Amino acid sequence: MSVMELRNTERELHNFQIRIGVAGALVFGAFLMLLLRFAYLQIIQHDYYQTKAEDNRISVVPITPNRGNIVDRTGAVLARNYSAYTLEISPSKVADFNATIDELATIIEIRASDRTRFRRLAFEEKGADSLPIRTRLTDEEVARFAAQRYRFPGVDIKARLFRQYPLGESASHVLGYIGRISDRDLERIDADGLSTNYKGTDHIGKTGIEQAYERELHGVTGSEQVEVDAGGRGVRSLARSAPTSGNNLALTLDIGLQQAVERAFGDRRGALVAIEPSTGGVLALVSRPGYDPNLFVDGIDTVSWDALNTSIDRPLNNRALTGVYPPGSTFKPFMALAALELGKRTPQQAIFDPGHFDFGGRRFRDDKVGGHGMVDMYKSLVVSCDTYYYMLGNDLGIDNISAFMRHLGLGSRTGIDLEGESSGILPSADWKQKRFRKPEQQKWYAGETISVAIGQGYNAYTPLQLAQATAALANDGVMFRPHLVRYIENVNTGERRFIEPEITSKTPMKKENLDFIKRAMAGVNIEGTGAHAFAGAEYTSAGKTGTAQVIAIKADEKYVESRVAERHRDHALFIAFAPVESPKIALAILVENSGFGARAAAPIARIALDYYLLGKRPKKAVEDDNAGDGSD
Amino acid sequence: MRVTAVIERTIRRILSPIDPGLMWIALAILGLGLLTLYSATNESPGRVAAQFGNIFVALSLMWIVSQIPPQTLMRFAPPVYIFGLILLIAVALFGDIRNGARRWLNLGFTSIQPSEIMKIAMPLMLAWYFQKREAVLGLVDYGVAGLLLLVPIALIARQPDLGTAVLVAAAGCYIIYLAGLSWKIILGFIVAGLASLPLAWSVMHDYQRRRILTLVDPSSDPLGAGYHIIQSTIAVGSGGITGKGWLNGTQTHLEFIPERATDFIFAVYSEEFGLIGNLLLILLYLSLIARGLMIAANAPTFFSRLLAGSIVLSFFTYAFVNMGMVSGVLPVVGVPLPLVSYGGTALVTLFLGIGILMSIHRNRKLVQT
Repeated sequence: MSVMELRNTERELHNFQIRIGVAGALVFGAFLMLLLRFAYLQIIQHDYYQTKAEDNRISVVPITPNRGNIVDRTGAVLARNYSAYTLEISPSKVADFNATIDELATIIEIRASDRTRFRRLAFEEKGADSLPIRTRLTDEEVARFAAQRYRFPGVDIKARLFRQYPLGESASHVLGYIGRISDRDLERIDADGLSTNYKGTDHIGKTGIEQAYERELHGVTGSEQVEVDAGGRGVRSLARSAPTSGNNLALTLDIGLQQAVERAFGDRRGALVAIEPSTGGVLALVSRPGYDPNLFVDGIDTVSWDALNTSIDRPLNNRALTGVYPPGSTFKPFMALAALELGKRTPQQAIFDPGHFDFGGRRFRDDKVGGHGMVDMYKSLVVSCDTYYYMLGNDLGIDNISAFMRHLGLGSRTGIDLEGESSGILPSADWKQKRFRKPEQQKWYAGETISVAIGQGYNAYTPLQLAQATAALANDGVMFRPHLVRYIENVNTGERRFIEPEITSKTPMKKENLDFIKRAMAGVNIEGTGAHAFAGAEYTSAGKTGTAQVIAIKADEKYVESRVAERHRDHALFIAFAPVESPKIALAILVENSGFGARAAAPIARIALDYYLLGKRPKKAVEDDNAGDGSD
Repeated sequence: MRVTAVIERTIRRILSPIDPGLMWIALAILGLGLLTLYSATNESPGRVAAQFGNIFVALSLMWIVSQIPPQTLMRFAPPVYIFGLILLIAVALFGDIRNGARRWLNLGFTSIQPSEIMKIAMPLMLAWYFQKREAVLGLVDYGVAGLLLLVPIALIARQPDLGTAVLVAAAGCYIIYLAGLSWKIILGFIVAGLASLPLAWSVMHDYQRRRILTLVDPSSDPLGAGYHIIQSTIAVGSGGITGKGWLNGTQTHLEFIPERATDFIFAVYSEEFGLIGNLLLILLYLSLIARGLMIAANAPTFFSRLLAGSIVLSFFTYAFVNMGMVSGVLPVVGVPLPLVSYGGTALVTLFLGIGILMSIHRNRKLVQT
């Protein structure tokens, strides 16, 4: 080895060592940069990442409060909750619904209707955390899924409370129902600033008491801080604030009375409202046909919905609240009272009824061909003489009539604690002016007053208004706001908040006038058009029959029921209160397309009064009382 | 008396090729790794036991390699390189596709990833080449070395496996650098490399681009590629100065960190042991690297110097790339944390390297033939 070579080798080694040194310095520098990065993350940004880690770890889970129960005035349960398991899918964690559902169907029965419902829910509630694919799982199904749960990320079993209406169709229009919160409900919840309280809540009252008292029934949502893993599954509970259950509601409704009436209605359509005159408490509010509110709780299936929604009988419609009908002859007692109060008639004043009243070239006919002969006020009510009221209407004039009737609440909303009430129509010259656009239609004609006087013409009231007016009459002119809730009970403390009866109008009326009308109405049930239906009643009662025309009959034509299509037949009405001396119950009933009030409506009213005053239960639907004299 | 003497002699014989400095540092890092692995696997002793097995195999191979003199290793270089190259070509032709990449070769009884072999074969081959050409080393030789480097890297990058391609390329580049490529040319390459970045971008696969994009802004894809970075950064940051304590990392134990036992184990370590733990680990790595560079600097032959230098700097590259990725400054590539991550292949590769270092160190006094 030469010296040259040796020196070369040494220089090479030296160069190599320099390069190693440079590399070492780079390594050191690189690690120093990493350390700076760590220091940045772990010292400067530590708080930020600490919070992030906590957010990761802790999930706040809302705890839904139990919805309040609803009971009737005797404590019978009308709406309650029961616990059941549901199989739910979290849309945000599942990419392909169909594949997941197909897979689920291999271990748990999933019907086509479940799929349809799920698809609809997924479409309607895009922001939902969790949507049910199956409800009410059996214990066996729960166990089967639990064993396979690892295969289904984003699918879980949840224990949920379900709403149940144990009496089914009974009082369905009063209770209403709850349903899944829709996007529109959500907007309203947001607008009311209640979104925090509805976290975790899936259902909300949609109609009836469930809707009107949603705030009382819902309760206050609690929350739980849960440590969760990356899969979102709870590991342990860290803190918990308990929910406050919703309040229970006790209704003024007497479910026995309600059901007695529902049974009595049978297949007929119509409505009945019964009110306690001294408080305004609603004892029964029937609208027939009804529907089963339980269908709506899980989201109603399309077939049932179509059946309910397109039925010609319109079962979802609350006729007692939203149906407006001419009162027919049930209007006459109020007309008579107006005449006495305004001094246009005395009880003794009599007219001669030839069977018709001619006015302005037109002949207004009485039901009874040949007329009732001499008719005073008492007889006019007992036999329901039209001619007497044609004349009276003409004498009173439309503005006097409407001013008086307004005091009895006719033609305006009663303010009952349910939503969607109709106001009806109390006709007056003023009303007609506003109602129509063409000048020739805006004018009020005196002939129109004559129709109004017997409860026809433009008159249109809800059965609730008619019942309220009857109750006001029974209560000597003092009228209470009709209400359905008797008290609100705090589940935790047991404290009861009673709804105070609220007087909405107090019409000063002469005692003798009131007593006379009551006596005449009592006469209706003793010797008049209601006598047959109330034969042998063990209490005193006052009533008035009515028939409301659905189609107009030409002046010289006689209405013949058999010639008229079923849907165009007259509505039967009846108003009543009892006992006459100290009324405990006042009611109005309407039976659609059933002809004379005495025949179809009065017998149902008799059943209601028998039940409420004597505790008698009807066995079946009443049959039309064909022995009645066929006159109002 | 005689029996103990025999035992003593045997132990000395066994320990004689082992460099105590390298060994103690490696054992310390392995110890930290096992502790972390125990926590990362939610205290399941099974994975830890398996890792003990891996360690045993890797240490045995290290011991064997440490007995082999560098001259013998040199003779293996071309055959191993050619073998590796053939396997890479075989992968490109018949390889199994897993997770969208063709990386595995099915041998019937087992599957292997030939790109792993290149991690050792590449520096061996290049060091062998430069040793052969030592006397007449010219610019052409760097070109040849570059070619020897480029062919396997192109094959690996095509699989695609960008992470391994970068690591193999790094191992080769270290050799070329240590072999004395002129500084001017190195500078030229760096400038040219930076200038061609847009070109590189245009030939990248979508998922590779996404990884780089999510590095810049992880929140752009919080459920996909960004999830790893977001969760591991949270783990590191929330560890603070002293850490949450062993077995107390919430990100770890509630399974927010993906790949906790393998590529992202540093997030677990950093969450539980904090900045102080990170400092300790980096000091251990630095000591190991320093000891390795010393061995390289004192190695007797060109071949052993280059090989030792490349092995040590590759070791640094693994550690740096992994920690940089977990702390969110480098893109996510599949690089395990040396001596800490769970897995046999990486351990074997690393300890083969350490064994070679030990052999080089032991043979430093031998005169070049």
